Amino acid sequence: MKSFKSLVCGTAMCAAGAAHAVDLEVTHWWTSGGEAAAVAEFAKAFNERTEHTWVDGAIAGSGGVARPIMISRITGGDPMGATQFNHGRQAEELVEAGLMLDLTDVAEAEGWRDIVHPVSLLDSCTIDGRVYCVPVNIHSWQWIWLSHAAFEEAGVPVPANWDEFVAAAPKLRESGIVPLAMGNQPWQASGAFGVITIALAGPEAWAAVSVDKDAEVAAGPVYAKVFEAAAAAREMRQGSNVQDWNQATNLVITGKAGGQIMGDWAQGEFQVANQMAGTDYSCLPGLGVNEIISTGGDAFYFPKQSDPEVEAAQKELASLMLSKEVQVAFNLKKGSLPVRGDVDLAAANDCMKKGLAILAQGNILPDANQTLSPDTLGQIEDLMTEFWADSSISAADAQERYADIIANAD
Amino acid sequence: MAKIAAIPMILTALCVFVGGTLWTVVYSFTSSKLLPKANWVGLDQYERLWNTNRWIVSIENLMIYGICSLVFSLVIGFVLAALLDQKIRFENTFRTIILYPFALSFIVTGLVWQWILNPDFGVQNIVRSLGWASFEFDPLYNQDIVIYGILIAGLWQGTGLIMVLMLAGLRGIDQEIWKAARVDGIPTWKTYIFIVIPMMRPVFITTLVLIASGIVRVFDLVVAQTSGGPGIASEVPAKYVYDTMFLRQNLGQGFAASTMMLLAVAIVIIPWAYLEFGSRKRD
Repeated sequence: MKSFKSLVCGTAMCAAGAAHAVDLEVTHWWTSGGEAAAVAEFAKAFNERTEHTWVDGAIAGSGGVARPIMISRITGGDPMGATQFNHGRQAEELVEAGLMLDLTDVAEAEGWRDIVHPVSLLDSCTIDGRVYCVPVNIHSWQWIWLSHAAFEEAGVPVPANWDEFVAAAPKLRESGIVPLAMGNQPWQASGAFGVITIALAGPEAWAAVSVDKDAEVAAGPVYAKVFEAAAAAREMRQGSNVQDWNQATNLVITGKAGGQIMGDWAQGEFQVANQMAGTDYSCLPGLGVNEIISTGGDAFYFPKQSDPEVEAAQKELASLMLSKEVQVAFNLKKGSLPVRGDVDLAAANDCMKKGLAILAQGNILPDANQTLSPDTLGQIEDLMTEFWADSSISAADAQERYADIIANAD
Repeated sequence: MAKIAAIPMILTALCVFVGGTLWTVVYSFTSSKLLPKANWVGLDQYERLWNTNRWIVSIENLMIYGICSLVFSLVIGFVLAALLDQKIRFENTFRTIILYPFALSFIVTGLVWQWILNPDFGVQNIVRSLGWASFEFDPLYNQDIVIYGILIAGLWQGTGLIMVLMLAGLRGIDQEIWKAARVDGIPTWKTYIFIVIPMMRPVFITTLVLIASGIVRVFDLVVAQTSGGPGIASEVPAKYVYDTMFLRQNLGQGFAASTMMLLAVAIVIIPWAYLEFGSRKRD
């Protein structure tokens, strides 16, 4: 009985003490070493600078595992305080159904439209003129990572663009090195295809297909070239029998593979392996052909809650995530680019600086996640998985099916 | 009184099972994306479904997996049970060993067999290290035979249970029948096939239902072993439903696919139920 009484008292006191402080649960899928360190920067800032508490709701697995859990919690009436999604249309219907907190007042008070760079990221968060999410970082796909050791062994100079890489591939093969490392996860094949498209077809053709959904361009000669190149890359990847992307990156790090087409998150793997950009490995944005990066990445959404105090805490967190210091601290750990152009990233490494320079010049494209629905992306992913795994599918066949998907895209 | 007591059960059956099924079928005619919405699009979802290569591959895989799994489970299960039924020593030990895999979930089974069938660490590597350097056995990395790699794991996990059920059935056969058969000079194998098996009909039907429902549901084994790869060579319908509904945010398409699965089950079940229960009435 005594213990029961003290329990009640304790709860009451806690409740009284927490009248203004809110425990805000934040769900995300950042669980690898570098990612966890980055998200800890958010938690630290939130715990130190506000009276509220960050309750970490990390969901292990990838975004594909985490997103269904998050969505079912939100639609099932058990919303968390804040949740990660990728830039783009993943949470579009949740917003339309009125399940997300409107952040427009915070955005206007702090002038997000002026500080977020590129502003297209804020556009992705904006539906019918209202702002519903906070972009926190930029990740770009358009990189190829090259192993200096592999090219040295094959006796060819490290290529400076995709054509040189293709030309060097037979030499690599002769030395027993896999020219192109690629894991078997579906998204890797689909992502690499996107990178090759932007490099070889150019940004205009890419935008015509992926933004305006022009099936004629997708079936046309410019894209035919892309599919031919992808079919050639399919031969180059033969022999890289790994599943995960970081295992494929590891083939490049250890010199067993010549290169890998992968987003800038691969950089963290090189860092962990104590490799130096420029001496141990090289990175070529846009495959060294078109120096353009796409602005994918992550954004935080705040599911609507009934308690006004929670709502206030959510808005505090939203503004904190975009503040200068937090942006720097978070993105340095994450290896991604900040979403505002007015912060100083002196500590960034060579490859990150290349990315920042391209961003400053404004050579950017939206990410496919921002322009196509998850459904269409899923169909493209299926096609790419099949195409990259089965040499019997010709480039022309794959192109025809691709154009068909684009024609029906929404 | 009995009718009143049955009301909750009837309501549950109607609302939860029939209602949920009908709801799914109805919404498969809409263009629902992330949330169910009543935008009617007729048969569009079904048209798209049957034009999707991945779905066709899934169906083919399910057919191969289903037929092989059915035949091998029954045959291996019955043979093991018949062998164990010969009044051998350590029967309990053998029965336990063979039943053990069934205690593992499909996820664990899948992961275990992913390593056993891995060419660099598993069977292929062991045989090669014994001296047969050209030996090749990598079903999970070969598009043409990947579904058999999954089948092996499925059989390893499920046969034990079938064996135990069969063994129980064999034990239920009266010893007098064996004696009578022996007096008539019928060979043992003939006794099994022409006398014992027909008498074990209820056991066979139970095992058949168990195996069949396991086949239609096969999902976690594939996810753990190959996640549908290489390419889309080991995709199965249940995985298509899950992916479209939850990853690709296309409920309408997922509902259409699950309706097709329901239809497939119905095509098998209804004639069978008709034969089974229809004939009993005539008796």
